[in-house]
Amino acid sequence: MRELQDLAQLLEQGESQKVLALTQQLVDSGVSPQTVLNDGLIAGMAVVGEKMRNGEMYLPEVLQSAGAMKASLKILKPHLAREGAKSRGKILIGTVKGDMHDIGKNLVGIMLQGAGFEIVDIGLNVEPQKFVAAITEHTPAIVGLSAMLTTTMLNMKTTIDAIVEAGLRSNVKIIIGGAPVSQKFADEIGADGNSRDAVLAVDKVRQLIGHTS
Amino acid sequence: MRNIFKTLAIPDQRQLMFGRTPEPLTCGFGLKLGNGQVYPELNFTLPTMPLVETNWAAVVAQYEEIGTIIERAAGRLKPPGLMVEFELLPPMTEHPSWGAELTSLLLRHLSQLHKDTGIPCALRVTPTDIRDVTKPPELRSGKPLELLLQSFEQCAVAGAHVLSIESVGGKEVHDEALLYGDIEGVIFALGVLASRDMEFLWEKIVAICSKHNVVPGGDSACGFANTAMQLAGQGMLPEVLASVVRAASCVRSLVAYECGAFGPSKDCAYEGPVIKAITGAPIAMEGKSASCAHFSPVGNVAAAMCDLWSNESVQNVRLLSGPAPEAYFELLVYDCRLFNQALETKTENMYQNLLVSSDIHLSPQAFVLSPESTMRIATAVVRESGHYAQTLAAAKEAASLLSEGVRHKELQLNSRETEWLERITRELDALPSDEQDMIITMQERYGHLFAANSYGL
Repeated sequence: MRELQDLAQLLEQGESQKVLALTQQLVDSGVSPQTVLNDGLIAGMAVVGEKMRNGEMYLPEVLQSAGAMKASLKILKPHLAREGAKSRGKILIGTVKGDMHDIGKNLVGIMLQGAGFEIVDIGLNVEPQKFVAAITEHTPAIVGLSAMLTTTMLNMKTTIDAIVEAGLRSNVKIIIGGAPVSQKFADEIGADGNSRDAVLAVDKVRQLIGHTS
Repeated sequence: MRNIFKTLAIPDQRQLMFGRTPEPLTCGFGLKLGNGQVYPELNFTLPTMPLVETNWAAVVAQYEEIGTIIERAAGRLKPPGLMVEFELLPPMTEHPSWGAELTSLLLRHLSQLHKDTGIPCALRVTPTDIRDVTKPPELRSGKPLELLLQSFEQCAVAGAHVLSIESVGGKEVHDEALLYGDIEGVIFALGVLASRDMEFLWEKIVAICSKHNVVPGGDSACGFANTAMQLAGQGMLPEVLASVVRAASCVRSLVAYECGAFGPSKDCAYEGPVIKAITGAPIAMEGKSASCAHFSPVGNVAAAMCDLWSNESVQNVRLLSGPAPEAYFELLVYDCRLFNQALETKTENMYQNLLVSSDIHLSPQAFVLSPESTMRIATAVVRESGHYAQTLAAAKEAASLLSEGVRHKELQLNSRETEWLERITRELDALPSDEQDMIITMQERYGHLFAANSYGL
């Protein structure tokens, strides 16, 4: 459908007002909101993610597209709820106890949201028990832990241990990210994966959750 | 009494040289900075380990080992002088006695080193700005501020020779503005918010330093301009944006000197050369030999005007050669031998030219760090009055420098960088000359991120 391609392209160009108008127009004309989401918005954000990965877009441009998508989702959400549409998956993210860095975590949240995932961000300096409580409350498919310091990265393990102790480990996949962490460290502490940056985090989440796009 | 800098302490670009300042500074155990030599500044951090009370003995043992390494390596390498920086980790500031204990430990090693070898040396201690634990940060009151000031006080009593900080006022807005490429937000965060917080904080730091006869060593825009540099390095932000942010950040760092700091400025404050040109104070810089901590496109040019040359931070881990702090100490010492040999043989201009020309044509971030750019930015700053106007002037000057560099084929930018430079220039030109005209707009845009009373607004 031509309009859906236009929507994807406008989103890629960060044309917020035009994206909003076209989203509304498509919904009003009876196109399924799920189709608008998947073939318009998520398709457009997939191109944005690809361009960022290839160094063809900078973050401010990506965020402009992500902002346009977020605004369009507000239009789609009530319709999606009425259709009983399922979310692509809920991701819980937070920076572990003792660590006040949040730029990396925020970027991961934005990129995942752009890829159609629902994000629950529980902030920074998060105690292990707060992660446990949030998993119980929000039932995410994936938990993302962030740390930037060599002295706080060990709190990722403490957090995973608390999740195991609460009997919730089999309910969630866990990914980690931050300057000092590696796949080796992820393996050592019992995480399911590590991501070097926000773009790759989307790939990792898709891989863990079983989506291909 | 506030120092207002209306002229340059170093008005002649030829005098803006590594190892020399018009205001040499003696600190610690006879370390004379800016008096014709460049010295290494060694910085280090813990390997991966928990930093909690139950593991405190192991933490202390790490610093004891580092102290021993410093003594041994200095005895072997015989630098003409040495600055050691102890940068506190957040829990060491939250527990002021922890930071003080480690300050005292490192001081003991430096004292022994000086006694045994006669090497002039000094200890810089940098508490962590922990005031951003709440969102929005509560900067002017509350427990974190109390603990931060106690940390300064206790580290001073424990024997720190120089006190510094990488303060975070305004960062909560700057982070957001930076990610969105909002140049108006960047200038507001640096010129209005950060500068106000610097005034508040540095009056207190200088008072503590005066009370204990410690050198107030200046602040770093690390959380602002180095965040931009790192994001640009990952291809997330245009390099020209990071370059303009670098220049604009010098004014908030200058405020420390207006309040009575007299250097040496912090190693990660790449805005240091502008500070040196304006104040005449010695500066620390970091570049190629700080790749243990982070990468940068300014590895050589960053050295062109330094008085201390630092490795930024290295974990105390084992390398093939030996402990990583010793390996990087050795790198710094060899770097400094070259600086000092150039100064001794009067070939410093040639060496500085090599440091500059090897970098500036490859990156706009390096381009704005050259001595020529430094003089232009510093001149633009002192010509203006008020931190907002100065910040705007520094940013505009950086954008002009880059445009001229491209026009004169001294700098190549790809089409995306060129578009961004044009956009930044346009947006800077559209900003009001009076901060009052932007405060209301910015409160509407970013008011959810910052507490106006944290800035006296």
